[in-house]
Amino acid sequence: MVSDAASSSTPTHQDLQSVAIRFCGDSGDGMQFAGTEFTNTSVMFGNEVVTFPDYPAEIRAPLGTTYGVSGFQIQFSSSEIYTPGDNVQVLIAMNPAGLKVNIEDVEPGGIVIVNKDAFTPGNVKKAGYTDNPLKDGSLAHYHVCKVPVTRLTKESLVDSGMGGKAIGQAKNMFMLGLVYWLYDRSLEQTIRALTEFFGEKKKKPRVAEMNVAALKAGYFFGETAELFPVRYRVSRAKQEPGTYRKIAGNQATALGLITAAQLAKKPLFYGSYPITPASDILHALSTYKHFGVKTVQLEDEIAAMCSLIGASFAGDIAVTATSGPGMALKTEAIGLGVIMELPMVIVNVQRAGPSTGLPTKTEQSDLLQAVHGRNAETPLIVLAARGPGDCFTTAIESVRLALKYMTPVVMLTDGYIANGAGPWRIPDPADLLPIEVAHPTERNHEIDGKPVYAPYLRDEHLARPWALPGTPGLEHRIGGLEKMDVSGDVSYDAENHQHMVDARAAKIAKAADDFPPIELNGRDTGDVLLVGWGGTFGAIYTAAQRLVDEGHRVTSIHLRHLNPLPNGLGDILRGFKKVVVPELNRGQLRMLLRAEYLVDAIGINKVQGRPFLVSELVDRVKEILSED
Amino acid sequence: MSSISLPTYKPADFASGQDVRWCPGCGDYAILAAVKKVLASRDVPKEKYVFVSGIGCSSRFPYYLDTYGIHGIHGRAPAIATGVRCANPDLEVWVITGDGDGLSIGGNHMMHAIRRNMDMKILLFNNRIYGLTKGQYSPTSEQHKKTKSTPMGSIDTPIQPTGFVLGCGATFVARATDVNRGGVNVLPEVLLAAADHRGTAFVEIYQDCNVFNHRAFFYATEKETAKETTVHVKHGKPYIFGNNNDKAIAINRCGAIEVVNVRDVSPDELLVHDEADRCRAFMLTQMRYPEYPEPMGVIYRESQPTYHDLLWAQINEAKEEHGEGTLEDLFSEGSTWVVE
Ligand code: SF4
Repeated sequence: MVSDAASSSTPTHQDLQSVAIRFCGDSGDGMQFAGTEFTNTSVMFGNEVVTFPDYPAEIRAPLGTTYGVSGFQIQFSSSEIYTPGDNVQVLIAMNPAGLKVNIEDVEPGGIVIVNKDAFTPGNVKKAGYTDNPLKDGSLAHYHVCKVPVTRLTKESLVDSGMGGKAIGQAKNMFMLGLVYWLYDRSLEQTIRALTEFFGEKKKKPRVAEMNVAALKAGYFFGETAELFPVRYRVSRAKQEPGTYRKIAGNQATALGLITAAQLAKKPLFYGSYPITPASDILHALSTYKHFGVKTVQLEDEIAAMCSLIGASFAGDIAVTATSGPGMALKTEAIGLGVIMELPMVIVNVQRAGPSTGLPTKTEQSDLLQAVHGRNAETPLIVLAARGPGDCFTTAIESVRLALKYMTPVVMLTDGYIANGAGPWRIPDPADLLPIEVAHPTERNHEIDGKPVYAPYLRDEHLARPWALPGTPGLEHRIGGLEKMDVSGDVSYDAENHQHMVDARAAKIAKAADDFPPIELNGRDTGDVLLVGWGGTFGAIYTAAQRLVDEGHRVTSIHLRHLNPLPNGLGDILRGFKKVVVPELNRGQLRMLLRAEYLVDAIGINKVQGRPFLVSELVDRVKEILSED
Repeated sequence: MSSISLPTYKPADFASGQDVRWCPGCGDYAILAAVKKVLASRDVPKEKYVFVSGIGCSSRFPYYLDTYGIHGIHGRAPAIATGVRCANPDLEVWVITGDGDGLSIGGNHMMHAIRRNMDMKILLFNNRIYGLTKGQYSPTSEQHKKTKSTPMGSIDTPIQPTGFVLGCGATFVARATDVNRGGVNVLPEVLLAAADHRGTAFVEIYQDCNVFNHRAFFYATEKETAKETTVHVKHGKPYIFGNNNDKAIAINRCGAIEVVNVRDVSPDELLVHDEADRCRAFMLTQMRYPEYPEPMGVIYRESQPTYHDLLWAQINEAKEEHGEGTLEDLFSEGSTWVVE
C-alpha cells in the first residue's frame, strides 16, 4: 500500500484509543524538538502521554549513518497508559538511516512517512541498504507516504529571505505540521513555543516566523495533498480533575527538591558536576535562584559530593545529582556523610555501563552500588522513582527521610524516566506536609556535672542532633574518624566501634517504619508476583494487567524503597508460587531479595540500553507460568 | 545605655580539651599556639569559626580547637569548606592542610577554591614529607631525596606552593615558618593578615617534621642562618636581609634579580616590596635558598569580590527580577491546562 502525493480520496475521521508514533532522523534533524512539541500539544489537548526520547551520545553524530540516528517515541491515548508502546503505528523517517533502524518496530499496516528527498543513492548506501527501500518493494506491508519534504519546505519558504541552511533546518517543522494535520491537532502550542524560543529567547524573530511558516505549510500540505484516506482522532483521556502540565523526570526532580527545601523552610544547596543524563537537573535548578537555590558547579564529582558535606554541616538542604561513573567518584565522600550522620540527597540518574558505557541509554544497574557500593559498613537509605512525575514525590520523600534520620539518601532514577515526559497533575501546596527540622540551641547533655553539647546523643529515631555553626556554646568537631558514642570525640575503642556500626545500621533499618505499606496491583496470592523497581513500572504494571486479563493469577508490586526494604515484603513474597523480578540489569534486586528473604526469585533481565517491552515481559511470564 | 559586648578571649579559650597527639617536638604545636593567639585577638565570636581539614598530621588540627570543625577526607578540605562557605556567609572558614593533602591528592580542589576566590583561609603546613603514612616523599620533597618509597632517591621535580597558587589567581599569598630562632617570627603577622583578608588567603608554613624530615627548614628557622636565608617582605620597604641587615635585592642591568650589598648600590636602586604587584610576587615565589633568600611575610594581596559575594548577588538579582519564588509559581509555570 504505497501512496504518492498524487493519489486522491476524501479523508474522513477515524477514532483511535491510542497511537504510538516515532520521529527519527539524523541527530541534527530536530527530531527531539519535533517530538517534544508533539508531546506538548498532546498533553495540552488532554491525552495521557508517555514519551521515550532516544538519541546518540555524540552531539552531532556523522550524518546519514545508522548510529547517528536520533529518535523520539511518544504514545498518546484516551485511556491510562504507562509505556511509550512496544511498537509504533506511525514512523516519521527523515532519512534512510532512520528508516533502516526503526522500520522493524512499526506494526504491519502502519504508516511510514519519509522525506523522499533524503533518499539519494549516497544516503541509501550510507544507511546500509543495497537498493532504495522506497522502490524495491520491501515496504509493501506498510502505508508509505513519500513526501518531498526538503523541496516543499524550500518552496514554502522561498519568500522568507532566509538562507538555504536555515531553511533546511525547518524541515522538521514541515513534517510536524503534516503529522498535526493527520491527527487533527491544533498548531497553537507549537507556534507559541517557536515564537518564544526563537523570537524571544534567541532574539531571532525571522527564524521563528520561518519555522511557523514551515509548520503551517506542512499542515496545509496534509490538507490538500490527500495522502491519507482518513485522519485520526485520539480523544481526551479521563483524568482526575485538576490543573496539569507536562513534566519530564529531571524537571520533576528539580521541582521536588525545591519544594522539599521550601517545606523545610531551608535553603537548597545544589553542588554538582555536569554528567549525562543528570545535567538537566543542574540546568533546571540554576534558573530558580529567586527561590534561594544555590547551584554551584564544582570542579569534579568528588568536590561536588564534598561540598554537600560542608553545606549540610552548615545547615543547608544539600543535594547533588550524578550518574554511575560520577557516583563511583563520590563514594568516599558519601562514606564521610554516613559517619558524620549529615542529611543530604544524592540523585543517581542511572545510565548503561560499565565505565562510560552508553551514556545516553538507560539501565538499572547501579542498585547494588547505591545499597552497598562503599567501603566498610556504610548503610544509607535508597529510594527509586518509578516515572517522570514520581520523581517529584520521591525527591520530597528523600529530603524528608534525610532530615529525619540525619543520613545521606540515594535517590535512583534513570535515563528513561529522566528524559521521558508525561502529564503531571499540579499539587496544591497546602496539601504538602511541612518538613520538620530542629536545630539545638542549648547544650543537650552533661559530662562530669558540666553541661556539654553531645553531637552523637541520639533521639527516638536514633538520629543525632544537628547543631549549626554560629550557635554559641555548641562548638563541636566531627569527621571521618570513628567517634565515641554520645560525645562524638575520636575513639579507637573496640566495643564503641561495634556499637557505632550497629547503631548506624539500626538507624537506617528503622527508617522502614516510616514507609507507607506496599501497594499490590492485584491479589495477595497467586502464581506469579512480579517485583519491580524504578523506571520499569509502566512496562511491568501493564504486563501484569494484560496477564490478568488473559486469566493468569499474576500480581505486581513496585518498590520505591530499596534500602531498607519495606516492612511486610517477605510476607507478600511468600503468598506466591513464583517471584519474578524484571530488571534492566543482571539481577540486582533479585540478589537482594534472595539474600534478605531466602526466596528463589527468578529474573527477567535485559541490558540493551532500552526499556522493557510489555510483550517481552508477558511472553516470558507465560513461559515461567508454564514451567513447573 | 546598653552596649554590645564584644567577646574577649584568651588563647586558652580556644583549646578544645582534646589531648594533642602530634609527636613531641613537631612544628605543628607552634602553629596551633599561634593560631589560638590570633583567634583570641580578633573580635569574632568563636562559634563563627569553622575549621576544615583533610587527612594527614596537620589535618588533626580542628580537633584541638574549640570551634566548629570538620575533619574531612584526604585532599578534599577546600571542597568541603566551599560547601560551608556557600551555606552560610557569616562564618569564618579556615582550611588546614599539608603538602601531601593540599598539593598531591587535593591539588585540584586547591586550584579551584583559589581561582573562585572562595572566602577562606588555607594554611598549608609544608613539611616536605608524608608524616602520617610514615615517611614517603611528598610533592614538595626535593629531587633525589631518599625516603621509604624512594630508596634510590626521588626522581620527581617538586612543586613550589606559593608559585602554584599565584598561577591559580590567588588574591592573598603569604609564607611563614613554624618557629624562628634567628630573625623575626612573621607567623603571627601573616596569620592576622590572612584572617582579615576577604577571599582565599593562602599561607604556606614551613613546618618541621622532627620524626621523618627533621631539620628540613632549619636553614630558615635557626639562629645562625635565618637572617641570611630569608627576607621579611613588607609593603613599601626594600628587601633587606642578612645578619647585619647589609644585603638587599636589586635588578641588575640585564634585568635579572640579584643579591647586592646595600653599601654597593644607591638606595633608589633597591627593589621595594609592592604587595599589589603580581609579577613581582611571582618573582619572589621563585627565589629559593641557597641562591636567594626566601621571602617571608605577605607576598601578594589584592581585593577582589569573593565567590559568595557574587553568589548572593545573583540570588538577590533573581529575587528582584522575579520576586521571591513561591510553590504556586513553581508548579504552574509554563503551559498548563485544566481538567474539570
Ligand atoms: S610525623 Fe612529623 S608531622 Fe606528623 S606529628 Fe610527627 S613530627 Fe609532626
